[in-house]
Amino acid sequence: MSQKSFVWFCLLPLAVVTTAFFLLPMARLVVAGAEGPHGLAGYLAILTEARYRATLINTVLLAAATTVVTLIVATIAGMFLQRHRFPGRAVLIAMLTFPLAFPGVVVGFMIILLAGRQGLIGDLSNRIFGEKFVFAYSIYGLFLGYLYFSIPRVILTIMAAVQKLDVGLEEAARSLGASPWAVQRDVVLPALAPAFVASGAIAFATAMGAFGTAFTLATNIDVLPMLIYTEFTLAANFATSAALSVGLGLITWLILALARSFSGSAVAAAG
Amino acid sequence: MSTAGHGAAVRIEACGKTFADGTRALDPATLDIARGETLVLLGPSGCGKTTMLRIIAGLELPDVGGKVLFDGKDMTSVPIERRNVGMVFQSYALFPNMTVADNIAYGLKIRGVARGERAARVAELVALTNITGLENRRIDQLSGGQRQRVALARAVAIRPGILLLDEPLTALDAALRDRLRSELNRLLRALGITTIYVTHDQAEAMELGDRIVVMRKGAIAQIGTPREVYFAPKDRFVAEFIGAANIVEAPVENGVLILPGGRLPIECGATTANATVMIRPETIRVTEAGEGILSGIVDSVSFIGDRQRLVVSDASSKPLNVDAPNTIQARIGDRIGLSIAPDAVRLLPSEPRD
Repeated sequence: MSQKSFVWFCLLPLAVVTTAFFLLPMARLVVAGAEGPHGLAGYLAILTEARYRATLINTVLLAAATTVVTLIVATIAGMFLQRHRFPGRAVLIAMLTFPLAFPGVVVGFMIILLAGRQGLIGDLSNRIFGEKFVFAYSIYGLFLGYLYFSIPRVILTIMAAVQKLDVGLEEAARSLGASPWAVQRDVVLPALAPAFVASGAIAFATAMGAFGTAFTLATNIDVLPMLIYTEFTLAANFATSAALSVGLGLITWLILALARSFSGSAVAAAG
Repeated sequence: MSTAGHGAAVRIEACGKTFADGTRALDPATLDIARGETLVLLGPSGCGKTTMLRIIAGLELPDVGGKVLFDGKDMTSVPIERRNVGMVFQSYALFPNMTVADNIAYGLKIRGVARGERAARVAELVALTNITGLENRRIDQLSGGQRQRVALARAVAIRPGILLLDEPLTALDAALRDRLRSELNRLLRALGITTIYVTHDQAEAMELGDRIVVMRKGAIAQIGTPREVYFAPKDRFVAEFIGAANIVEAPVENGVLILPGGRLPIECGATTANATVMIRPETIRVTEAGEGILSGIVDSVSFIGDRQRLVVSDASSKPLNVDAPNTIQARIGDRIGLSIAPDAVRLLPSEPRD
């Protein structure tokens, strides 16, 4: 067997799995999306029908907000954790990255324990203001859940990137008169841009498509995965749910591609 | 250059540095650097030279009691961003997200200098450092030598009071290093700015320094002009670190060094059982066998081009390195004579070997 055919042979399992569990279902999904009463136009429903469009906008806004807030929180925390040594640091990092081990359902459950009808925040606000603050079952609860979900992944990526930063760059900027803020703005953040794009993409994609947390919190939150679920199981509307699924995938991919090309110059320069 | 003749006088007073883990990087040292002087901190790695530079820069705080003064003004607690020092790092630390021109102009931009004035200053420095035409390049498109020039231009752009260079040529290959060394020398003279230059390369120190501070294990071993440290090293470490040196241990009787290969008159030296002296290889003259003061046997001959290095045994307790003119015909095993002027033999303080 030649070297080349051996390599192809080794790739065979991957090819089989990819075909069986990715390409075939995807093709079926794409076909199913066009089999509804409106045919191919069913694909446009995600944009044309007001309810779907509102849900799409909602989902994108939620994912974008999750990404931005996660990046801000995780960058500050990641930089601090990478640059400082203090007792309990290892424990703190372990705690911060713990949610990696939780499925979405558990995260949803924790949000309910915090901000649900019997939740801690409700109890507290009831005692202080005489009114229960409950927001677990809304898009705010979902936002909190996704934040909890995304921060660990982003923190780890940022910490790795900060470790690779040349401290000399910051010292050089300071020697030229740059204030701590200017050093962050002109040197540190541009150097971390590739890490922002990479980890932000994961946070965004997760927030666009995650289902478990949303499902645990409530069945009437207006996000695309929930919409697909209700169309599929409750309305038995296969064609629409297939079209929505393909749309969700395409739109997520499109936004990530845009973000990547938009920051492409910065990434290339910092690489 | 409008910066010519400018620059601050630097004084560091009892500056030591002990790191948090208890490591002593620098013993308390006091040092004066005159306005416009180029001072080289020279020593092997771990000798404290970079720590001293970083204390002067404001990147490290000296231990309690240490003081850094610029033109008599106490700068010890002033952070680096307000010290107005230009710094060139070994890694160059150029900003990868900016072009060459933006790198050079960065310090001016931070200072709020107007765009037009910035461009003029960049043009001036680009010409001075011979990198015309590279202004719009990205940093990853530059060679090592070009990066070094950009780093220097960026440091000088802000018209610093003091220029600090941390092994700026170490990352370059040997041929380029030699060429850039003379270019750097010309530039530093032209700028006339107070310069502190850290290196472990004695050839760099000799060529660039008005004065050299030889450092060892966190302490200053000797301060002097290149000639002083070369011809009159204070101790064995300095003698061996700067240039090539034969260190000979032998008894002295009435101003004469008693060696296996003969009796060598020296300038100073009361009678002692064990003196340590230094003889530079180029001060030893090769003569016919039987002539000269010492006699020895050629052990090896290395032809270097402009000269040849002979190793001669039997003349002293240890083989002597001799730099001979490239015209002398010497073969291994030849018996030759050596003559050494009395003033070329330098008596060193005896010290326990380590």
